[in-house]
Order: sequence, then C-alpha cells, then structure tokens
Amino acid sequence: MAATSSDAPVQETGLSRPELASRANDRAAMRRRLMLLAPAVLIITICGLAPLSIVLAYSWMQPAEYAGVIPQFSPDAWINLAFERDLFSDELLPNFAYYSIYARSIMMAGMTTLLALAVGFPTSYFIATRAPHRRNLWLFLITIPFWTNLLIRTFAIMLILRDEGVLNVILLKLGIIDTPLQLLFTNWAVSYGLAYAYLPLMVMPLYASMEKLDFRLVEAGYDLYASRFQVLRRVIIPLVKPGIVAGSILCFIPAIGDYVITSQLGGGKRMMLGTLIAMQFGPARNWPQGSAIALGLMIIVLIALFIYAKKVVARSNMR
Amino acid sequence: MVAGATAIEARNVVKTFGSGSEAFNALDNVSVTIRQNEFFTLLGPSGCGKTTLLRMIAGFELPTSGEIMLDGQPVAHLPPFKRQVNTVFQSYALFPHLTVAQNIAFGLEMLRRSKSEIDAQVDKMLKLVQMEPMRNRRVNQISGGQQQRVALARALAPHPKVLLLDEPLSALDLKLRKGMQIELKRLQMETGITFIFVTHDQEEALTMSDRVAVMSKGKILQIGTPTEIYERPSDRFVADFIGETNFTQAEVLERQGDEGRLRLCSGVEIVQQINSLAGIGDKVTLAIRPERIELAPHDDACQFSGTVQNVVYFGTDTTYHLNIQGGGHMTVRLQNRWGHQSVLQAGDEVGLRVPPEAMQVLKD
Repeated sequence: MAATSSDAPVQETGLSRPELASRANDRAAMRRRLMLLAPAVLIITICGLAPLSIVLAYSWMQPAEYAGVIPQFSPDAWINLAFERDLFSDELLPNFAYYSIYARSIMMAGMTTLLALAVGFPTSYFIATRAPHRRNLWLFLITIPFWTNLLIRTFAIMLILRDEGVLNVILLKLGIIDTPLQLLFTNWAVSYGLAYAYLPLMVMPLYASMEKLDFRLVEAGYDLYASRFQVLRRVIIPLVKPGIVAGSILCFIPAIGDYVITSQLGGGKRMMLGTLIAMQFGPARNWPQGSAIALGLMIIVLIALFIYAKKVVARSNMR
Repeated sequence: MVAGATAIEARNVVKTFGSGSEAFNALDNVSVTIRQNEFFTLLGPSGCGKTTLLRMIAGFELPTSGEIMLDGQPVAHLPPFKRQVNTVFQSYALFPHLTVAQNIAFGLEMLRRSKSEIDAQVDKMLKLVQMEPMRNRRVNQISGGQQQRVALARALAPHPKVLLLDEPLSALDLKLRKGMQIELKRLQMETGITFIFVTHDQEEALTMSDRVAVMSKGKILQIGTPTEIYERPSDRFVADFIGETNFTQAEVLERQGDEGRLRLCSGVEIVQQINSLAGIGDKVTLAIRPERIELAPHDDACQFSGTVQNVVYFGTDTTYHLNIQGGGHMTVRLQNRWGHQSVLQAGDEVGLRVPPEAMQVLKD
C-alpha cells in the first residue's frame, strides 16, 4: 500500500485501486490550484489581454474622420512607423519626423537611466553596507516619494525649476547669476523628473544584488593591490551586474513611453513617444496610428527583455 | 635577504572594539617579531585575537595604539593595496566572475605588470599548485580543495614579502587537510616567503611551523618552536591547549637555587627544576604528558599509583584513564608497538613511572 504517494512512478500497466484513487485526488488538487489562479487570470484577461487585442485590431484598421476606427483592413499605420507616403507620387519615403522622435525618446530614456544609475548605485551601496536592521528603514525612505501622486510630484519639480522657482531665486540671491536660467522645459528637466520618479525602480534591484555581494571579495580586491576605483570596476560592478541591468531595464522602459512627466517638464516643445501616442488619440484623431506606435514600442521592449533574460539571467544562474 | 632579519614586527599593539562599558580589548599589548622566511603560526582558541592581528598586518584593521612594522617601516598609514602582503582568506574569497587563471592574474594586473610577465607568472603558479588543467574553469566549477590551491596561487603570484593565511585549511576534510599541510610547508620553502598562519588546530601548528605564538584573550602567552611549546609550556593554558596534559599539584618542601624538593599528591618526594617564583610551602602545578608515563607493577620507583578506570583502544595507541591515589585523575597513552596488549583491565592496580624531565613545573 506504499503506492499512495502521488509522485511514485507507476510501473505496472494495470492500476491498483489505491493508485486510481490517488489519481483522482491529484486531479482534484489540480482543480483546486487552478481555482486559486482564476482571479488573476480573470483580471489579466479583462484588463490586459482584452484591451491589448483591441489595440492590436485597431492598429490594422483605418482611422475614422472624427476619432475611432473604420473596421476595414489597412497596414498604413504600421507602414507609417517607418515610412511616409509622398503626397504627390504616393511613393514610400523614410519618415524622418518619426525617426527623430524615436531617437529623442531613446536618448531621453537613456539619460534618465544613466542619471538614475549614477544616483542609485551609491545609494544602494550605502544601504547594503548598513547594519541589517537599518536597511529596511532606508529602503522605506527611498520608496516614500512613490506614494505621492505623480502629477503632484511633477508640479513640485516645476516649482523648483521654473524661472521664478526655488533654484533660480537662490542662485540670483547668491549673485551667481544675473538672469534666471532656463531650467524648465529642457531635456535636463525631463530626465531629472524621470530619474526622480523611477529611482526606486533602479535602487530596488541594485540593492538586491548588492545585499548578496560578499564583501570579503572587496577585501580580497584591496589585498591584491586594487585601488578603490579598481575594486569598484573589477570586483563590485561585475558582481552586481545583474542588478545594474535589471534596474536599468526597469527604469528605461517606463521612461521611454512616459507621458505625464515629459509633457509637463518638457513643455511639449519636443515630441516624444508618449506625447506622440497621446497626440494620435487626441488632436490627430488617428487611433490606428497611436495603436501601432504603442504596440511597436511594446514589441521592442519585449525583445530587449528577451535578450536580457537569455544573456544575463542565464549567466547568473551558472554561478 | 638576510636570514633571521625581521619581516614583521608588532609593538605594544592594542585593539579595542566597542566603547564605554562594552569595550573589550581584542588585542592587549601584543608584541611579536616575525623573521624573514619563517613559517610563523598564531595559535589560539576562537576569539583570542589571532585573526585581528592578522587583519591588522594586512591593513584591514588599524591598531588602537601601538605599531605594526613591515620591513622595519611603520605601515599604519598604508591601505591594504599598498602593502606587499597578501592574504589567503578563510573562505578563499575567490572572484566568482573570473576563471582560475584570471583570479591568479588579478594581483599582477593591478600592479600593472606586462602581459607577458603576467602570463609567465600565472603559468608558474598554476604549475606550483598543480592546477594547470583547471586554468579556464570558473572557480565555482572546482572542488573545495582546488579552490584552496587557487587561493594560494592567487596570493603568491605577486610574490609578496609576507603571506597571511587565515585558517585556510578549516573547510577541508581531514585527508585533504593533511595533504595541504605538507604542501604549504613545501610552498613556503620553495618560495622563501614569510608565512603567517592563523589556526586553532594545535596539530596543524606543530607540524608546519618554525615558530608558534600561543594566544589567549588578546595576549601572546608563549612564543617558541613547536618542540619548546609542547615540551616546555610556560603556563597552564598553553600546556592544556597544546595536546593532552595531566595536571597534578605538588608542594615545595625546600629549595636550593633552581632545584626544589617537591611532595607529590601521592606522598612521594622528588627533586625537580622549579621556577624562581615558587617559595617553600607553595603549591605548584606539574604538567605531565600522557605518552611520557610508563605503567608498571607498583614499586618504589613509581611516583604515583592508581586504579585503572577504563581502557580506550585507538588503533595506534591505547589510552588508560586512571584514578590516582591521593586524588585526581590521569590519562596515560601507550603505543601499541607490539600489538594491543590487554593486560590491564578496569579495576587493576598499577604504578605510574614518570621520568623527571617529563614533569614540567608551571607558573599557575
């Protein structure tokens, strides 16, 4: 009667009664487990898959005159991601306007990621080297801004950066400048705002890998004649690389598609992917175009994540 | 290099951890001179300060007061990466993101040696620790004993003036450990580098060292060759920590110069070399190694007599636990040179014969 164990391999062809019973038990257990998954599956379907399917469908349709779509197949929106039709000859020409938006978005997201990394790396190192019972407090402090409404935080940054803002007033009073600096509505303002918003997303994975870092390896580095900078470059950074990559991805992805911060702090002067998508659904009334851009962005992000999973995760598992 | 010249000197080194009422001295006024080309061992139980002293020489800790000298120069101001001292860490601390060869090359690369010099030195080191076939493995793909060898090679590659070894053998199983003990001694002879070895294993200390410093509670109790430490322990802690020892009390009856007449607990009187501190009427402690005692039928040549309590057979030798007449217990170990002779059994009465030079009077 030892065969009641569910994972014992069944060797005989004929199943005895307890084995049959255990199979029935297994099926019941499986059903119960699937029931536990049901709420999540329901939410993902309603709030994730269904809207995504609609977006996918819209991207292959024609725009209606006053917003919405005409349910007729058209690949135009996808072609427009890379090409535009010449008004007269109808031939396909490179869509340079979009290219510059892509380039600008990638650059801004890159700047944001670098800025967040530059601030987040020492911060995570600091937290990881505190006494264990203090670390959670520091992490908690890092996440506090996350609890404040994004729009309010963005307005707060505007108050600091604008011509009569805190920063300019201080600089003027100190006599460092005579006329207010143009701080707001610049690329710097945007990446500053983005880096501030997504800093916790950088710090968390970085901290997670730094906490696992064996600081005896740092000592070994010093012992073997590595200066502080060399220890950082040759020992610490290679060892926390999975954290750096994960943090950078988590920062880069929302930054490249961000709408609120880029439009508020950038002043809408220079178009970015987020603002471009919003414009297609708004003033441009080209829903298929907006859908295609949004999906294109998503596909690129997924490809990047896939490459990351293949390379970095595979390598860190080897350890 | 002049043989016998000083490699490392610690002068009145004190290290205090914590502050106020929680402060305690990990090192309490430690002075020691370690010679060049020496295999020097810091031996003591955990918490005795031996690792703290080692980390201080490496530069990971600074003395609260006192001075560490390397080659006659004070090194307090030098960070670890500017000291020509390398460490073999207890956990090996090999870089997991590098291969075996890259680990060994690390120190040389930091010293900005030329590519050809690094390659040659790495090859030499791999050969020295017999790890050539493993050169391109990652360090997590090799066994603990192999990691140990790589850690050694990595620390030896820059040819430091002093090599520090922090209980490097403690993670190995008995057989590997024995092999590595011999290997370490060989490496030290071949490279001519000063080795400072930290361990709590007295056997390790005795088999490898030129000199041993026995430490307890932040102090060095005795420095000497393994023979000196074992044969002539300076105090009760050293005698007890190094090997097995029987302690027995005796009373000083009279003394003449260095010699004194002692009355043992058995009532037998003996003449023995004693230290200058003990006066007439004082109690002194005698230390007697178990293997120096002979068992015989009781007669006048015996200093003690006792009853066999139990007999433990160890293969190479047999240990007898005895109740001594006049108080106390003693352990006697006899080699089984002619096979195990189970002549004696529990309950038998025997006499104990101890040669005078086997009895060591300790300051208590």
